[in-house]
Amino acid sequence: MKAFEYAAPATEKEVLQLLSPEPSRTEILAGGTDLVGLLKKLVVTPDRVVNIMEVESLKSIQVLPGGGVSVGTAVTLDVIAEHSCLDVYPAVRQAIHGINSMQLQCQGTLGGELLQRPRCWYFRQGRGLLSTEVETGANRLHAILGNSGPAKFVSCSRIAPALMALGAEVRVIGPGPNDEKRLPLADLFQTPQNNEERENTLLPNQLVTHIILPPVAGRTCATYEVRHGEGPEFPLAAAAAALRMDHRGVVETARVVMGQVAPIPWLSSEAEQVLLGRVVDERVAEQAGEAAVSRATPLSENTYKVQLAKVAVKRAILLAAGLDCGDFRSHARQIEELV
Amino acid sequence: MTDSRNKTGSSSGFNRRDFLRGSGAAAAAAAVQTQAAQAMQDSGPAIVRGSQKIALNINGSQHDVTVEPRTTLLDVLRHQLDLTGAKPVSADGSSGASTVLIDGKPATASTILALTAVGKKIQTIESLGGDNPDPVIQAFVKHDAQQCGFCTPGFVIAVRAFLNKNPNATEAQIREGLNGNICRCGTYANIVQAAVAVVKGA
Repeated sequence: MKAFEYAAPATEKEVLQLLSPEPSRTEILAGGTDLVGLLKKLVVTPDRVVNIMEVESLKSIQVLPGGGVSVGTAVTLDVIAEHSCLDVYPAVRQAIHGINSMQLQCQGTLGGELLQRPRCWYFRQGRGLLSTEVETGANRLHAILGNSGPAKFVSCSRIAPALMALGAEVRVIGPGPNDEKRLPLADLFQTPQNNEERENTLLPNQLVTHIILPPVAGRTCATYEVRHGEGPEFPLAAAAAALRMDHRGVVETARVVMGQVAPIPWLSSEAEQVLLGRVVDERVAEQAGEAAVSRATPLSENTYKVQLAKVAVKRAILLAAGLDCGDFRSHARQIEELV
Repeated sequence: MTDSRNKTGSSSGFNRRDFLRGSGAAAAAAAVQTQAAQAMQDSGPAIVRGSQKIALNINGSQHDVTVEPRTTLLDVLRHQLDLTGAKPVSADGSSGASTVLIDGKPATASTILALTAVGKKIQTIESLGGDNPDPVIQAFVKHDAQQCGFCTPGFVIAVRAFLNKNPNATEAQIREGLNGNICRCGTYANIVQAAVAVVKGA
């Protein structure tokens, strides 16, 4: 690791004072599960690391008047997963469970999970976020959507699709000491077009302090990840769905967001259009999956991801509608019940 | 403070005035230990650089160590305190071999900066050994749950952490709970057997 300065401020305002307005000069440290590895590999080489884990206001989970929940970005994932306020947002809990490592869950934070750097191995080897080697290189884990520009990596957050499907917002402070705004979580992510841009829209001296989940308002939701195995590796494709259905089961509102398929969490309006006004069954869910990947442009080695993304969307929708998604876990459950 | 920083012409772009005075000296060490709890002073939050003396609470006693901001907890344990149970396998913690308990929760020491561990209770694999080893260690021996042994300390402490929280865990839950640890020899079956035996009190 390159030598750097360290500070552990106690308040949000102090954090802002410590962050440089220049890109890459300061890095924000929370759980460290991502940043410390990047520091060791010299993928990031800041002059100063600002630890936000001593800021009490970032560690709160609050149920808001009128419904909804506000979760501080320094709350660890295990705490969130166990909190009763998540009972009505099972998609978020399923996403955290999917992370599948006690250590990552106990150490990692919500803010860190959302803003972890892409897993693209070219990036992690120090070849930059927009390496031109990806297009003809080892791109089997790269993007199948939104990949027409220089960015081929995938947004790797496990929780962002669920939060976006539920219409979460984020509270961002800075760069000025009194600057504060709320924006849709979707607006936090961007597809970088040049080497000056990162995969998020934050200025170097801005901080995400809270994620605000709106009231569930009768919606149901689910996350489904397609994984290579049961281990802690990142899924190959993922989707989250949030649906509001009337008493007959007709879909009134739908939001479907895919993960691991594009440089940003990918909101699929195509899937939404298929679902609106219809009763969810396996055929409808499958059509929504097909629609979600209809514009996919896979790279040389990742055509297989199109099918996986389609299945992820289908199964997330079925689960959100309270139906059996037909995967091996539900088969295993059925066998267990028979025995 | 923000204004004054903007006016500085220092090459780093930071306001050096706010740096810990006498960094590297004993005065700085005292400041590091208390900075977390300190409310913001007029001079702004403390900034640490260079070597510092800090005290870490490890296995129930205080240890004075010298660290830089970039020093990981794993390096402190292994290189300064000769607590070599936690292993350096993966830079990013993905192997779980450096697992320790921090305030009772499992975490990978390889991804923790030592400065962030000040004021926390750190428990390493060494605390489970001794003349009367933890039942998890005994079960690992009985069920032959190691081959090369490099992942074993991380696995033992992960099993301890998981069973502390889920004392009646089923085999399936144990398998899922230990996903943050990797054994390249593939001794998983015996490790799970050992953990199941601990649950059953066998």
